[in-house]
Amino acid sequence: MFADIKTALRPALVLTILFALLLGIVYPLTLTGIGQLIFPSQANGSLIRDAKGNVIGSSLIAQAFTGDQYFHPRPSAAGKGYEANNSYGSNLGPASQALHDRVQADVAAYQAKAPGQSVPADLVTTSASGLDPHISPEAAFYQVVRVARARGWPEARVRAMVDKAVEYPLLGFLGEPRVNVLLLNRQLDAEGAKSPS
Amino acid sequence: MTWQGWALIVVFVGILLALTKPMGLWLHALYEGRRTPLHVVLGPVERGFYKLAGIDPTVEQSWRRYAVHMLLFNVALLLFTYAILRLQAFLPLNASGMPGIAPDGAFNIATSFTTNTNWQWYSGEVALSNLSQMLGLTIHNFLSAATGIALAFALFRGFARREAGSIGNFWADCTRITLYLLLPICVIYSVYLIAAGVPQTLTQQVAATTMEGARQTISMGPIASQEAIKMLGTNGGGFLNANSAHPFENPDALTNLIQMLSIFAIGFGLTWCFGKTVGNTKQGWAILSAMLVLFLAGVTVTYWQEAAGNPILHQLGVAGGNMEGKEVRFGVAASSLFAVVTTAASCGAVNAMHDSFTALGGMIPLFNIQLGEVVVGGVGAGIYGFLLFAILAVFVAGLMVGRTPEYVGKKIEGREVKLAVLAIAILPLVILGFTAIASVLPAGLAGPLNKGPHGFSEILYAFTSAVGNNGSAFAGITSGTQFYNGMLGVAMWLGRFFVIVPMLAIAGSLAAKKYTPETAGSFPTTGPLWVGLLVGTILILGGLTFLPSLALGPIADHLAMIGGTLS
Repeated sequence: MFADIKTALRPALVLTILFALLLGIVYPLTLTGIGQLIFPSQANGSLIRDAKGNVIGSSLIAQAFTGDQYFHPRPSAAGKGYEANNSYGSNLGPASQALHDRVQADVAAYQAKAPGQSVPADLVTTSASGLDPHISPEAAFYQVVRVARARGWPEARVRAMVDKAVEYPLLGFLGEPRVNVLLLNRQLDAEGAKSPS
Repeated sequence: MTWQGWALIVVFVGILLALTKPMGLWLHALYEGRRTPLHVVLGPVERGFYKLAGIDPTVEQSWRRYAVHMLLFNVALLLFTYAILRLQAFLPLNASGMPGIAPDGAFNIATSFTTNTNWQWYSGEVALSNLSQMLGLTIHNFLSAATGIALAFALFRGFARREAGSIGNFWADCTRITLYLLLPICVIYSVYLIAAGVPQTLTQQVAATTMEGARQTISMGPIASQEAIKMLGTNGGGFLNANSAHPFENPDALTNLIQMLSIFAIGFGLTWCFGKTVGNTKQGWAILSAMLVLFLAGVTVTYWQEAAGNPILHQLGVAGGNMEGKEVRFGVAASSLFAVVTTAASCGAVNAMHDSFTALGGMIPLFNIQLGEVVVGGVGAGIYGFLLFAILAVFVAGLMVGRTPEYVGKKIEGREVKLAVLAIAILPLVILGFTAIASVLPAGLAGPLNKGPHGFSEILYAFTSAVGNNGSAFAGITSGTQFYNGMLGVAMWLGRFFVIVPMLAIAGSLAAKKYTPETAGSFPTTGPLWVGLLVGTILILGGLTFLPSLALGPIADHLAMIGGTLS
């Protein structure tokens, strides 16, 4: 037993250091170099900038929208909501009173603005990360009337924009149909700037 | 349930079956220490490492020496990471000025990553600097995986060798697996992930002003390089808190499919490799068949329950499947599949919050871990765990027909059966024991977020995940306390090494035996009868112990959910 331990010491210590250098330093830094060189946009977080070059967000990360003229993302449990340095799910169980009460309140708020229509599930459930950039096409179409009214646009115009924004599953089965909320809202503002009504 | 969902499941399994033999062949080359095309580039690195560390890779080790060397290497790695976490504040690449981690928290993280568990009480983006992630954690993702595969090789040698006193050289196994298997795949894999949108930068945070004028701080870092090995090595520890649910870790449906495939790829290959080492690849396919039976049963239940949704929300007018804690780009099908894959293997990465699954949908992940993660399982750990059950299965069969049990040419005798029971018993002993303690002490009861049976499920899941070295969670539980950091840290250590040491003793004992050729009276270990016996043994010996605890947690929760009883 003592011989077993004694013969282990040098390889254990030396390999810890060598592997730490190779796997902890050389490997991630080499990939950082490759990423920055070949895919700078993705490697730096798919950031979106305005005309002046200021960062307004990331195309992969949800941000809060509260104004009626914008499409709203799913509710978020990341910090106080949409904190992209604090990703979090609600972690509420299926029979949770808190989950029931939250969904009930959110459904009521949506129905106050669009009575009679049933609310799509993803609009009143929090995502796993709290930063889900997408909503379902149903959740987008559900909001068309509100957005069109707030902008004073014909509904058909907004609807056509949502139609164009829907991303479909790869090969028909990989992934779900979805709409990127931030990109759609950017599109709305860009269209609005071109022709206000 | 939709045809698209089932198409995903079929394509997923189909790709893995196609990968099984090529992966198995590659693993077998490493098992034998043969030269691969990659030796041209990495051979000098391997030889340099041996030279500096004073290792002669041709010197074989007894099971005892193999075990001691493996343990001491793991202790050295654990202390290394513990030091980095404690000293974080003074080390470079810490732009946000993260403070050092307290002793209990650092112990928990270091143990967690050393044991291939990757249980995370902390949020990566809140607590860890880029250096801690790269240097402190990524190395464990490689080396705990390499350790697992090395141990599987050691057990394979036990079955394959005849009257031998040794089971290989730990250092050679571990180094070769890291250099010729894990590292090359991860380099290519990481580049793909970056192209798909996973950040790889030394920047820690970017400040944004949103379209509505609010401030948003976006965390990032060298994520892709860690993501690749996190999945391939069935580690599962996310760079960011939301793990593979975070769009930066898993941006789209294709990255999601590849992440799931990479959890299982090596595990599938190891079954083939085992068959090859014992001279009959049908032995490997039989094991894989039993695994697939259990896997597909689990997928069906979870997918069915998640697609059926939560009746409490249906009553509020919210139709359809359960989307609480799921991402739109994955939806119900890919989230259900991921949850079953990650817990069948000892990965523990999540692309949806298991805590918010329907009661029975979330019970399957829990039960998968309780079975010992032998349904494909963690890299290496899955197959050696499974072979322990195989030993018990031939023992049970031997009792029924009244013959000394044999498996792949080796007589299974009292010593092997006792050691296998010892290794398997550690799971229920620690999971149920520690859960019971936490369920009565105030420090334990302070943990759960949810009330009622679901709160109990959170505690049960935490200890199950720790002992099973899985790392996923019913994440509502607040586990970053001294009580949970300590208890879970000890649970992870017991769950890893108290299985490994008896397993290596079995390897040593089997290696010393002579070959017993199969006769007409031998119980066949390749056909459907054997597959059925394996499944039965795993469910009865592995699963039944946990049924009462499941009744108190998920099953009571299910009754509350369908009865509309809120808590």
